[in-house]
Amino acid sequence: MNNSWHPGRWLIILPPLLFLLVFFLIPFGFAFKISFAEAAARIPPFTDVLSLTADHHLKFTGSLANYHYLVSDEVYAVAWLYSLRTALFSTLICLLIGYPMAYAIARSPRSMQNLLLLVIMLPFWTSFLLRVYALEGIIRDNGFLNAVLLHLGVIDHPLRIMRTSLAIYIGIVYSYLPFMVLPLFATLEKLDPTLLEASADLGSTPWRAFFDITLPLSLPGVIAGSMLVFIPAVGEFVIPSLLGGADNLMIGRVLWDEFFGNHDWPVASAVAIAFLLLLAGPIAVYQYYHVRELEA
Amino acid sequence: MERRAPAGLLTVLFTGIALLYLPIVVLIAFSFNASPLVNVWGGFSTAWYGKLLENRQLLDAALLSVEVAASASSVALLLGTLAAIALVRMRRFPGRMLLTGMVNAPLVMPEIITGITQLLLFVSMLQFFGWPHRGYLTIVLSHVTFCTAYVTITVQSRLQAADRSLEEAAQDLGAGPARAFIDVTLPIIAPALISSWLLCFTLSLDDLVISSFVAGPGASTLPMIIYSKVKLGVSPDVNALASLIVCAVGACVLVAGYLMSRGQQRREMEARLAER
Repeated sequence: MNNSWHPGRWLIILPPLLFLLVFFLIPFGFAFKISFAEAAARIPPFTDVLSLTADHHLKFTGSLANYHYLVSDEVYAVAWLYSLRTALFSTLICLLIGYPMAYAIARSPRSMQNLLLLVIMLPFWTSFLLRVYALEGIIRDNGFLNAVLLHLGVIDHPLRIMRTSLAIYIGIVYSYLPFMVLPLFATLEKLDPTLLEASADLGSTPWRAFFDITLPLSLPGVIAGSMLVFIPAVGEFVIPSLLGGADNLMIGRVLWDEFFGNHDWPVASAVAIAFLLLLAGPIAVYQYYHVRELEA
Repeated sequence: MERRAPAGLLTVLFTGIALLYLPIVVLIAFSFNASPLVNVWGGFSTAWYGKLLENRQLLDAALLSVEVAASASSVALLLGTLAAIALVRMRRFPGRMLLTGMVNAPLVMPEIITGITQLLLFVSMLQFFGWPHRGYLTIVLSHVTFCTAYVTITVQSRLQAADRSLEEAAQDLGAGPARAFIDVTLPIIAPALISSWLLCFTLSLDDLVISSFVAGPGASTLPMIIYSKVKLGVSPDVNALASLIVCAVGACVLVAGYLMSRGQQRREMEARLAER
């Protein structure tokens, strides 16, 4: 392979590198800086953290007040724990439903696989907001589900699903299921079927073979899929906002309200930075498995 | 070998697929409901679609969204393809780890964090340089960021699958590296380029959270208008609008999916021919 290093290559590397540096990475620096500021009645609505003094020294006038506020006000801890719990259980439900789906696709004839994957991915690419709205049409008190159940006589008064935690679980599972199926399929497809035949020949039951061979070998897909569901679900805003009730406070919604409701940009920045630090672990795990998958 | 999934697995698969589509089907059905009550069927009518065309605010927002989506996906296509070439073809360069991280992180980063950090960047830039004012440009820039990530991932896997030796053969026959790439590799990855443009277009068209942060008071994209209407509850004209968007976007995705699978089939056929 021709690996000579010549300057023309920078024309390829630099544009995406610089763009993402300026518009993706550096913004975190600004959020970090502003998280030490105070809200102020001006434009932009926060105080300067770094300023130049008359003798050209950089002066730092920030404080940890916003972080102190996050720790002292119970709302943030409650919202954070509720978000984690909701994302965790939704991820588990996605895994329980997504695994058999991915396995069924992986065992289907090759000609069918692309079609099935497209059918699974189509809803994912079609408007997230509108699908959550469509779901409201199913689960609201006078919605499709209640109408069918009432008509069949299964229940005699409508089930209350909207504005409860259950609505949020249904929303997340419904919206993020394709994220779980895809990476699972990618690992299950590579699985060598002769391993299962060999274990059957040696007297293993299908379930035993599943737990001894299939599951461990598909672990990278399980982890990638779980992270793809878990991380965005923790920060989900649209689903708790449209389907959840007033007491179903998730961290994304708290951040939104702090920003658009209270107009307190510095506190919102502090929430974002704290949130990012708490997510750094799961994101690193995802990156590790994803990059390994791509370079394999 | 005849491959077949056990009946139990297939049941889960098809139930899952049915549940994914049920809300969309119900939504489209009720968009043709003549009754303004959302839970009573009052006969077939296309009246709600007619009402959409009279809504000036909605049409303006739709136009803005389409313009943003077209610009953002075009810029992202260029940047994402360059990033994919860099990551696949250049094994070592300073900043490789950084680029890999910045390409993958937007895929999992909660939108609300990306939105607020980008807004703070734009506001700080405006403070120091007097540019950019919030509106069309800032929305495009923020959409380019997450779209670039999707383009890179899609093109990266296609480039990895592309046979490098064809390009080397062209170079042996006297073509320069750029010429060889454009004449040989570009046609191979073209379906991936078109489909990632279409997918970016749909993602951009759909974005609510990031746009809400960076749009500023003056500009409203279609999802922002829809969100404020949806907050008030289910209504038949939103059903009509939603059905239109879902069908339009669905068509884009089907074309993208068709291009991707056709490219793959062709590659597999060429591989079989080559083995003979």
